Amino acid sequence: MKAYLILEDGTVFTGVSIGSTEEVISEIVFNTSMTGYLEVLTDPSYAGQAVVMTYPLIGNYGICHEDMESAKPWPKGYIVRELSRIPSNFRSGDTIWHFLEQNNIPGICKIDTRALTKRLREKGTMNGMITTKEYADLSDPISRIKAYHVKGVVMETTGKETVSLPGNGKRVALLDLGAKGNIARSLQKRGCQVTVYPADTKAETILAAAPDGIMLSNGPGDPAENTTIIEEIRTLYESDVPIFAICLGHQLMALATGAATYKLKYGHRGGNHPVKDLETGRVYISSQNHGYAVDANTLNPSVAAPAFVNVNDGTNEGLTYIGKQIFTVQFHPEACPGPRDSEYLFDRFIKMMGGEQ
Amino acid sequence: MPKNPEIKKVLVIGSGPIIIGQAAEFDYAGTQACRSLKEEGVEVVLLNSNPATIMTDKDIADKVYIEPLTIQVVEALIQKEQPDSVLPTLGGQAGLNLAMELEETGFLKANHVKLIGTTAQTIKKAEDRLEFKETMEKIGEPVAPSMVVETIKDGITFTNTIGYPVVLRPAYTLGGSGGGIAHNEEELIEILGNGLRLSRVGQVLVERCIAGWKEIEYEVMRDGAGNVITVCNMENIDPVGVHTGDSIVVAPSQTLGDKEYQMLRTSALNIITELGITGGCNVQYALHPTSFEYCVIEVNPRVSRSSALASKATGYPIAKVAAKIALGYTLDEIKNAVTGKTYASFEPMLDYCVVKMPRLPFDKFISAKRTLGTQMKATGEVMSICTNFEGALMKAIRSLEQHVDSLLSYDFTSCSDYELEEMLKRVDDRRIWVIAEALRRGVSYGHIYEVTRIDPWFIDKLAILVEMEQSLKAVGKAVEEGEPANTALSKELLTEAKRMEFPDAVMERLTHIPQKEIKNMRRSYGIQAAFKMVDTCAAEFEAKTPYYYSVYDGENEAETTNSRKKILVLGSGPIRIGQGIEFDFCSVHCTWAFRREGYETIIINNNPETVSTDFDIADKLYFEPLTPEDVENIVEQEQPDGAVVQFGGQTAIKLTEALMEMGVPILGTAAEDVDAAEDRERFDQILEQCKIPRPAGATVYTAEEAKAVAQKLGYPVLVRPSYVLGGQGMQIAIHDKDIDEFMGIINQIAQEHPILVDKYIMGKELEVDAICDGNDILIPGIMEHIERTGVHSGDSISVYPAYNITEGNVKTIVDYTKKLARALHVRGMINIQFIVDGEHVYIIEVNPRSSRTVPYISKVTGIPIVPLAAQVICGRTIRELGYEPGLQANADYWAIKMPVFSFEKIRGADINLGPEMKSTGECLGIAKTFNEALYKAFQGAGIKLPKHKNMIITVRDQDKEELVPIARRFEAMGIKIFATKGTARALKEAGVKAIPVRKLEQESPNLLDLVLGHEIDLIIDIPHQGARKSRDGFIIRRNAIETGVTVLTSLDTAAALATSMENQASKLTLIDIASISSN
Repeated sequence: MKAYLILEDGTVFTGVSIGSTEEVISEIVFNTSMTGYLEVLTDPSYAGQAVVMTYPLIGNYGICHEDMESAKPWPKGYIVRELSRIPSNFRSGDTIWHFLEQNNIPGICKIDTRALTKRLREKGTMNGMITTKEYADLSDPISRIKAYHVKGVVMETTGKETVSLPGNGKRVALLDLGAKGNIARSLQKRGCQVTVYPADTKAETILAAAPDGIMLSNGPGDPAENTTIIEEIRTLYESDVPIFAICLGHQLMALATGAATYKLKYGHRGGNHPVKDLETGRVYISSQNHGYAVDANTLNPSVAAPAFVNVNDGTNEGLTYIGKQIFTVQFHPEACPGPRDSEYLFDRFIKMMGGEQ
Repeated sequence: MPKNPEIKKVLVIGSGPIIIGQAAEFDYAGTQACRSLKEEGVEVVLLNSNPATIMTDKDIADKVYIEPLTIQVVEALIQKEQPDSVLPTLGGQAGLNLAMELEETGFLKANHVKLIGTTAQTIKKAEDRLEFKETMEKIGEPVAPSMVVETIKDGITFTNTIGYPVVLRPAYTLGGSGGGIAHNEEELIEILGNGLRLSRVGQVLVERCIAGWKEIEYEVMRDGAGNVITVCNMENIDPVGVHTGDSIVVAPSQTLGDKEYQMLRTSALNIITELGITGGCNVQYALHPTSFEYCVIEVNPRVSRSSALASKATGYPIAKVAAKIALGYTLDEIKNAVTGKTYASFEPMLDYCVVKMPRLPFDKFISAKRTLGTQMKATGEVMSICTNFEGALMKAIRSLEQHVDSLLSYDFTSCSDYELEEMLKRVDDRRIWVIAEALRRGVSYGHIYEVTRIDPWFIDKLAILVEMEQSLKAVGKAVEEGEPANTALSKELLTEAKRMEFPDAVMERLTHIPQKEIKNMRRSYGIQAAFKMVDTCAAEFEAKTPYYYSVYDGENEAETTNSRKKILVLGSGPIRIGQGIEFDFCSVHCTWAFRREGYETIIINNNPETVSTDFDIADKLYFEPLTPEDVENIVEQEQPDGAVVQFGGQTAIKLTEALMEMGVPILGTAAEDVDAAEDRERFDQILEQCKIPRPAGATVYTAEEAKAVAQKLGYPVLVRPSYVLGGQGMQIAIHDKDIDEFMGIINQIAQEHPILVDKYIMGKELEVDAICDGNDILIPGIMEHIERTGVHSGDSISVYPAYNITEGNVKTIVDYTKKLARALHVRGMINIQFIVDGEHVYIIEVNPRSSRTVPYISKVTGIPIVPLAAQVICGRTIRELGYEPGLQANADYWAIKMPVFSFEKIRGADINLGPEMKSTGECLGIAKTFNEALYKAFQGAGIKLPKHKNMIITVRDQDKEELVPIARRFEAMGIKIFATKGTARALKEAGVKAIPVRKLEQESPNLLDLVLGHEIDLIIDIPHQGARKSRDGFIIRRNAIETGVTVLTSLDTAAALATSMENQASKLTLIDIASISSN
């Protein structure tokens, strides 16, 4: 069946429908990873968005369920050039098409994803609609597309209950802002006992459990929108508990301490972004997925200092907090998908909590 | 870290002659690195024995030495030039080995020279089997467990610890004989017992069998600060067991999930870190197809064929970045030249699929075994880019220049199912075509996988192509039954067929709709090629470099330019025997020359190993097959003002007619004149007009006609197809039977053009390359071949200046050259081969194009032949360019070009030299005297004699008289001569001591035992021409080659070798080519 991708600037791509045939409006973003499409699909940070895979051949190794980063896929839509006719991998248990269908996610294939990516690069992230309906007049869908905003997605993606994961080492409170599964697994691998808290948990509840450290996770959406959570994070900041934050957690900590965030033109999504550790001068290849960034010009130098910078565009990639046991990064040391080069940051966190690694 | 200020003068070591396994990729890497060093203000001294390379040009390095790659030469060179550093990681294994030796002897330290780009310790850790194993174990990286055993009991015990199956490799047996794979204890006992008996030292290596696992490669980089990145990973379609150079390779990997991808990526980064490499490195893995288990197969601590491929596949210039790292820069300080925005410290992301296919030489070595294994056999490769795998594979197939254009190109329809099954089991170069046939017969993916271990994902892709063939055949059927073409072939099917890159010509064959009509249908439906950019970053950043590939499923992003006049330069495709790196040299220089003339330059080529496909050589690069349809797509996009075809060898020449039809003016010699040189009758007319004699001959189509002509001319005759490369299919026939055999071989491939039968004249062979501006000609020099006629010019030792001809001969040659150039209205290059028999001069062949001798003759005369030809093509005259027309004065040097062969790599290939070219590369000997030049040439070719002072001679009766003085010279040098009975008798009668040996079929000890005894240096074996080839001679020559014995099949070469050995210079003089100028 034919499907259409309509962008808010009026561009229409005609392709073939995959997954569900439901009509959906979302923000359109692109990811340049060549592997890890399932990890991308199940990363809660894509809530409210449709994701374009720039790599043209998707689904080659099927669905390996244990690679899911959360219980279900989060993007509102999925855009690829070509879906493999057969999956081929010893662990594969399903096909993408079926997986999308089962989770009621519409998608489109057989479109020129490179042309789409170039448009997003040139004009910046846009909203769009995936539909199987052919609109003779685009004015109605475009006004609806333009009206769309990614909203309330943290509460949509966070767990509803506090969950405790076993471990014999340091006790870590993980604030789930839409967390990828490998954050908890990376901590558990280092022996931590992890308690996962829903995003709206009060700071006092977390602090009352007297954790050895607090982990703020990644998550979707505009960071500035999470005003209540930011207030709670301010309280966590003021405690003396060591804190490590990733992505949205990093942005919220910056906002909680007076800095500002801004929307990047088209974000960083992929597994090839070089970040420089300003302390050692070493460059690491990182996994990234963010549309917003912390504005380094708004940092209060007595509160926080840049710790990592993006080698390509100079944007902020991490902060250390002055006089505090707090460091935060914009990229994803938990990888999945992507390089594991910055995994050592979890070890640094363990050390900060007084543990040995 | 900024550049190290102590590095001011660097010696770069190249890789020497092109041989199988060490090809043009090192010219690409070396050229890129030299330019990168010069960009940084470093003085570059270059050493490479290969004159056909671009890196040995004075534009590339400051000082250029085309000298043998031996320790003595490097030492002398270091003392002469006093560089402060040596960069050895760009010259493949040859360069690395030399550097190691210099380091180990303490020579570098004594002369205050640093190794940059690597350390001796790094090389040892990566190259020494034991140290490598220990290093891997230290960092927990698995290698296939193995152990050397001397008893069956030890073998069983060890195998029980690692599990079946195991590979058994007896030590020191010829070509791995006596080895095998044991799947259980019973087989182990049998094979191991046999292997222990066969091994001279009673040892067998027992190794965990990883054949059939997925073969995955990573290209990684590291800088001095320890930053590491991966440039690219690649998956071999052929699983472990086939050398990666002979495998079809796809980039990036297709069947690995992120978990597998990252697991191996992390491993590769750990390895490069542990080895402490500063620069590039290639790591090869075997990955178990149904688990996460993997083994490190091999690490190459240097640039390699794979790194050239990775560079072209991603746009990331590995060699350039490696050179900068060697100077001290870190990755985040080096700009990404493609985007101009980002830095070298990132990982390229592809939004397309790349397929590489090997170019195998079985069309040249008809008797060779086609099976592929761990010994590489390919002479070159092609790469293609598309948004889908099917399309990339189809493009790669038609880039091979091997008469293949689809999965139907090898016909297995007449095989029985049983035969097909057997062929499926055989791993050879036609395997994907066999699989396609199996799919057509409904063999299941599962079964094909079981037999081939090729991942089902790839099998499915082949199936998709087969299904498309079948859909198109159904259209053909409908058309035959009278359905109009435009309803039989739907827009949807046509779109889909083009998406997967079915050429219109293939569609015509399947649908019976004329190609022209298909093209018109495409036009009316708007189905046309669009061009996408290789930008290293999947469109995330804007890219500046116009490096394009075509697709049929997307919007065009090629930039339209028309500010300058545009010239299309057609490349020469894959490196194969007969069309080597020389033509890339010519294409690149032509491009540069036209750019200097103010043209916008556009290159089309498909060879990832070459300099011409580097993204900053031409203004625009199209990485595409060189077929009329593919070229036409580019022509429509670019609307060039003209095309040059005379520098890209036969590949480009073949496109002349098609370009004319597209309305593209051919710059330089007109197409009809090119044709006149190839068309027998037209050419004969021209010769007649010019009163130039040629060996009598005629054109024929059938064996009967050929025999009639041969009878008339009298045997021996030369038989060859027209319009071919490197004398392909050319043979000397001495008998009717030979003609039957040769015609049979030639006609295995459908011939579009007639076959030529000429009288064979024995004489001296001479060659000239000349430039003609339409009126005047410029002849840089005359070359003379050491071997008499009958040996292909590419396989002959070529001497400049000609040393054994009369003044009269010279005058005649100059006169004929001028007449022919004018008669053919040559504008640009012409290459002519002559036979000189006394005062008689005959023409053998005229090529109105650049030839393989152009780079060599340019370098030794200092005359920039290609740039001059390009300027002449642009309308300048030879006089305007500052040259006095005619034959130029001899240079101050003797320069001898020596062919280099790769016979040891191709089992079953006959090494006998003849009219069909067999050499893969060449080296140069240049000196003030003939003898020193000859000595250097033999040294450069790796012929270092004598070690054991024993030789074997076996010649035909007619050669015996000529042999005697040559044998006497070897005897005088203290070499013991063994000879077959007849030869020995002839020698003894002439007073030369010769020990008779028994023939092969006679009892031991016989000739073969002598060869296998590892005590023979040299064999002179002059085999019979024609079909009366002796099976014995073949076996002897093969065994000799495989045990490393030098074999000469021409008395002329033998005499030259004797001269070279008699005149061994104690100290070689080193000549800086860059200082040679023509005036």
